[in-house]
Amino acid sequence: MCTRKPLLALVLAVAFAGTAAAETPGLGKPISEADIAAWNIEALPDGNGLPPGSGTPSQGAPIYAQKCAMCHGENGVNPARGYSPMVGPAKFDRIDTFKTVPYYKYATTLFDVIRRSMPYQMPKTLGNDEIYALSAYILSLNKIIGENEMMDAKTLPQVKMPNRDNFVIWAPDKI
Amino acid sequence: MSNRKSRNQPPPMEPVAGNGLLDRRALLGRGIILAGTAAAGAASGLTSAAAEPLKNDPWSLEMGAVVPPYQVPSRFEKDVIRTRSNPNNEFRNSHARTPHHLLQGTVTPNGLFFTISHSGLPDIDPAQHKLVIHGLVKQPLVYTVESLSRYPMVTRMHFVECSGNSAPMFSSEPLQASAQALHGLCSNAEWTGVLLSTLLEETGIDPKAKWLLAEGADSLALHRSVPIKKALDDAMIALYQNGERIQPGNGYPMRLLLPGYQGNMNVKHVRRIKLIDQPAMSFYEAKTYSQILPDGKMWLFHFTQEVKSFITHPSFGQSLKGPGFYEISGIAYSGNGRISKVAVSADGGKSWAQAALQEPVNPKAFTRFRMPWRWDGQPVVLQSRAWDESGAVQPLRAEFVAARGQTEKPVTNPLAFPNQHYNSITSWGIDNTGGIKHVYA
Repeated sequence: MCTRKPLLALVLAVAFAGTAAAETPGLGKPISEADIAAWNIEALPDGNGLPPGSGTPSQGAPIYAQKCAMCHGENGVNPARGYSPMVGPAKFDRIDTFKTVPYYKYATTLFDVIRRSMPYQMPKTLGNDEIYALSAYILSLNKIIGENEMMDAKTLPQVKMPNRDNFVIWAPDKI
Repeated sequence: MSNRKSRNQPPPMEPVAGNGLLDRRALLGRGIILAGTAAAGAASGLTSAAAEPLKNDPWSLEMGAVVPPYQVPSRFEKDVIRTRSNPNNEFRNSHARTPHHLLQGTVTPNGLFFTISHSGLPDIDPAQHKLVIHGLVKQPLVYTVESLSRYPMVTRMHFVECSGNSAPMFSSEPLQASAQALHGLCSNAEWTGVLLSTLLEETGIDPKAKWLLAEGADSLALHRSVPIKKALDDAMIALYQNGERIQPGNGYPMRLLLPGYQGNMNVKHVRRIKLIDQPAMSFYEAKTYSQILPDGKMWLFHFTQEVKSFITHPSFGQSLKGPGFYEISGIAYSGNGRISKVAVSADGGKSWAQAALQEPVNPKAFTRFRMPWRWDGQPVVLQSRAWDESGAVQPLRAEFVAARGQTEKPVTNPLAFPNQHYNSITSWGIDNTGGIKHVYA
């Protein structure tokens, strides 16, 4: 199943009704990866999927103040009621400790969630430089990176998150 | 029924465990026997006074209302509704919880199926919706609702449960709340759709693919990572819910169904599946659905909803109307497979009796359990405990708290999620007036 060329298989299926592949209708339309680009937005922990561009904490601060602070709070603290702060301790010593950005195992999670979901009222409107700058600003507020560190496709995956080594996989045999 | 032989006679209605639990076999297809028992109850003075003379009510004397094209429940059932956390659609997530204490059987009606939406309900035109499968495949392919509707389908009963269901029970003190408030983020339906393995057969799978990410068409583009192993096992692109198209709150026009896995992974409005070589570490798997453990470690990828049960009848929000016969019943389910046994206790766990399981018992689906009970009017604590076919057993509260912890301060907000994946037992304390409280026992 994993090695067959599907288009060939479908042709064969038509030609030789009765083979196993004949059971699938083959109604999916081929598409190129280039034509999936608008949806293909995830950033993986190893940096795969991160776009070109860059940003620093100081570039991110004004964008945050304009587009994020009304919910998540000025400087990432004291959010509006019902919303998450962006800054918090990297200490998770109670089972109900509130999880903020320092909880993430990888910094790419922060970039990814801003890119796909934020700002909440108008998601997918930020440019890549803005997303890098916001990521840098929030990581800097948490003192995970320095105030002048630039984030891009190369540096972001290299950020060592403070909680990274505390995770254990619940049931490795199920993966 | 009328020719029942003596060897089929039911067991005598003797208690089989403390505080009046009766033998489950008294229930199975033996209504006549129960009627006889009720008569015996009357003889012993446990039933109410004689019925009033009968009369014709107005609805028996005139033609009724017009038959609607899509019917809804009687106006007298107006309180059988979901409880909502965000009725004004503020810029945050919304929960709507299933009223388990007002339902019976195992199928959750579509209008009462629980919903968690993180950014409102998208208004998706099914003619425009597309599902693309790409990444580590041989050939990326795009499917539509129309094209998938021509594929071979399967129909299966499965529960979907938010892994934050029952989370208020991490509280150090029992929150006074109904089965709807405590356990309402879990529902059960008959799902019909196309097995994901059928579509992956068409795209082909690059051997480097270990995970897939599934992404929705909602405004957050919510995405989760799923092991390929699960995708090829029993994952489905579901198109129908209890026979009709999936509800908007449950993923219209199609959702990824991962039987037995935490609800959030069953990506609604699924528009993209990408095969990848590593987990994406999406916001929800990296943060929300990763649990902090008492030893300071955190679990990643706790996907399976483990074996659980709770009593719905009687339960908080109801009351007992005097001593006599009652049927205890509730729901059991496991993400590992079929429920194999449910035990019920009426004395806070000192003694247990095996409940009857309503057939059919489907894997990774609600199973209704039932237990005949004669209440003597004294205080009792009702509990249920389930086992599944993998051998897993629902943990007692002391065991669960020892392993997973509880909050330092009592939880007072029933909408709070102190932690995830609570599957210990639920205890209902009944006092001598028939009042019911949530207790720990």
